[in-house]
Amino acid sequence: MKFEFDNNIPIYVQLVEQLKMYIISGKIKPGERLPSVRDLALQSRVNPNTMQKALVELEEMNLVYTERTNGRFVTNDQKLIDKYKQDYAKEVSNKYFLNMERIGFDKTTTIDYLNKLGGIK
Amino acid sequence: MELVKCSNVNKNFNNKKILKNINLTIPRGKIIGLLGKNGTGKTTLIKLINDLLTPTSGEILVNGEKIGINSKKVISYLPERTYLDKSMSVSEVIEYFSDFYNDFDSKKAKKLLKDLDLDISQKLAKMSKGMQEKVQLVLVMSRKADLYILDEPLGGVDPATRDYILDTILTNFNEGASVLISTHLIADIERILDEVIFIDNGKIILQSDTDELRKTEDGSIDEIFRRMFKC
Repeated sequence: MKFEFDNNIPIYVQLVEQLKMYIISGKIKPGERLPSVRDLALQSRVNPNTMQKALVELEEMNLVYTERTNGRFVTNDQKLIDKYKQDYAKEVSNKYFLNMERIGFDKTTTIDYLNKLGGIK
Repeated sequence: MELVKCSNVNKNFNNKKILKNINLTIPRGKIIGLLGKNGTGKTTLIKLINDLLTPTSGEILVNGEKIGINSKKVISYLPERTYLDKSMSVSEVIEYFSDFYNDFDSKKAKKLLKDLDLDISQKLAKMSKGMQEKVQLVLVMSRKADLYILDEPLGGVDPATRDYILDTILTNFNEGASVLISTHLIADIERILDEVIFIDNGKIILQSDTDELRKTEDGSIDEIFRRMFKC
């Protein structure tokens, strides 16, 4: 797994975000076992305490769960993963529409533009 | 019980007050950055915790005990300048450390040195400054200490070696042990810090959780530091 960081934002927040991306993009599969906190921390070159904090947050989001002796796993709940995926798609799209609005494209114009760009019309 | 507790510590040199009423605790299991400009008292504070200087007043406890033989047993210290005899070869230094410290793991030291492609039969005097710094760091991290105190471990090494040093620190950071790193190269190191201590003009300005500080002050630690200590 690869991680990239911006020192301006709390590191654990970025870890949560990037691990979530691995899960909703299917790069880590439902039910897959995660490496240990220590290994993840080393891979991402962050403090193990920070990684731990991020994983606890993902647990609270129900995206990962702990089996007492076996370690941490990605949830098997595909519906939940899809929901996070939908939320993400919505967030990215809204941001895009907002940016387009700033340069004077209303929603209809933006959608037309997208269709043209994608070669649909 | 805190790993280290400094209470009302003052240090004067002649009549100059170098450290002013330092109150500070170092918890277990954390990587802590001691950040400050040059000449603000970082090294003096570190030397006090290592019992190399005596406070003018105040008290320093390590594991609840006054500093002395027992605190030296549990603190592994990387000084700013090397104290090793440069006519020794690396393998001689390893033996020297094994004799000196019960908690020194010479197997681990040899493995780390091998990973770095360092020839242990070579004399220190024949090595570049960067290589000597790596050897010194490997020695310090090969002890099973409660506290590692690293005084400017990144000074004078290239960015690739900096990454290696950070990795070495992270890999050898055992549960329950803490690492205190003093530096002014904040941007390079801030990602691995749990907590930061800002020191200026001999006083502790703040001690905070790193991510909390990023959130409340809205910026990187490097940026917050620059804002606070603008010359």
